[in-house]
Amino acid sequence: MHGVAEPIQRLIEALERLPGIGPKSASRLAFYILRMPEDQVQDLADAIATLKENIVTCSRCQNLSQTDPCAICSDPARDQHLVCVVEDPLDVVAIERTGVYNGLYHVLHGAINPVEGVGPEDLRVDALLERLEREPIEEIVIATNPNMEGEATAMYLARLLHPKGVRVTRLARGLPVGGDLEYADEVTLSRALEGRRDI
Amino acid sequence: MSSHRERVYRTRAIILKRREQGEADRVITLFTPEYGKRVVIAKGVRKPTSRKAGHLEPFTHVNLMLAKGKTWDIITSAQTITSFRRLREDLDRTAYAYYFCELLDAFVQENDPHPELYDLLLTAFRHLETSPNPALTARWYELVLLKHVGFAPQLFHCVQCGEAIRPELNYFSLERGGVLCPSHGEGASGAQPIPLNALKVLRYLQTQPYNHIIRLQLKPSTLRQVEKLTGDYLRFLLERRLKSSKFIHQIRAN
Repeated sequence: MHGVAEPIQRLIEALERLPGIGPKSASRLAFYILRMPEDQVQDLADAIATLKENIVTCSRCQNLSQTDPCAICSDPARDQHLVCVVEDPLDVVAIERTGVYNGLYHVLHGAINPVEGVGPEDLRVDALLERLEREPIEEIVIATNPNMEGEATAMYLARLLHPKGVRVTRLARGLPVGGDLEYADEVTLSRALEGRRDI
Repeated sequence: MSSHRERVYRTRAIILKRREQGEADRVITLFTPEYGKRVVIAKGVRKPTSRKAGHLEPFTHVNLMLAKGKTWDIITSAQTITSFRRLREDLDRTAYAYYFCELLDAFVQENDPHPELYDLLLTAFRHLETSPNPALTARWYELVLLKHVGFAPQLFHCVQCGEAIRPELNYFSLERGGVLCPSHGEGASGAQPIPLNALKVLRYLQTQPYNHIIRLQLKPSTLRQVEKLTGDYLRFLLERRLKSSKFIHQIRAN
């Protein structure tokens, strides 16, 4: 962009690298930051600068954390026999929010996507197998997303885990709360029927 | 009233692939009978309450309503025709279904209609759902696809001298897309020996209907030879290795 001072241009270019931020949004954000109070800008800059150095990967569950092992892995009140496998750290947050799960986690950091070239070797599958050797795990709950990539990942893990003699379960699939039966696709609806419960 | 151009249109489509976009959207690559390959956007489909999400998973055959958009046309409604559920519930079939999609995607350009390939992919998915031998179904699919896109390998006459190929050890040339007789193939650059049984199977795949092909009882080693040949030939034509074929090999190794 012509006629923009170099420091602003530098910030615009840095912001543009973020997902979902185009040149227009980037310049709007840059000029907004320019007008923010000094202390807020300092806060933002600090938060960004210290992010990388304060975050580590938990060597047990592979989740992002401030400590290694992470708070969940080092909590003795957690059920050590139960491990829930998820795609991303945000999925841990979502399951924690329900308050009904008291086991441990394992974060894969992705899902198998053959056409994008993401294979099992790109996920933290080996770390999961190592945990199975060392820890008293009795059940593995596969909580990958209910889409094709998540399903492929689940099927792959099930194939790998079954011979190890551990119980492998998959999150139930069915109709979303607030959904509409008439718009449900046939796969969801047939699975909801198969998984029906007494009331 | 300046424009009579329809802003909304309907089409059937097969979902070839998709990628995440923004907060909750997906950019979806469709294969349609009328428009060929087309890249469109589905808004809000990553939210659990989306009415469209379940209809826009890979391999699904859908009825779509789309609105013209600036960058991408926008999916306004989606209704499944067939979900090919059996492709989703078996890892090997899933891996091959991804491969079928990627292979088609690699050979067609956007907005270039190929109704015969559309029918082929649907037929291939149906066959794959019930196939006792997905690897053999995949070889059939490869050869039919190659025929439709104009790269059918020449398997009956030497691509150098035109003489009929005899039942002996011949050679296959990737560059010339066909078989070379022993006198022209031996020592020729880029030509690999093609075992007689593999050649017979390739010919059978190229000329016979699917219901005959799938009844073939092949030695695993012969099927591997055929797979290597078609794989090498496809990689030569596309100048790259398909990503999904790697996954097929990975799950086979386990």
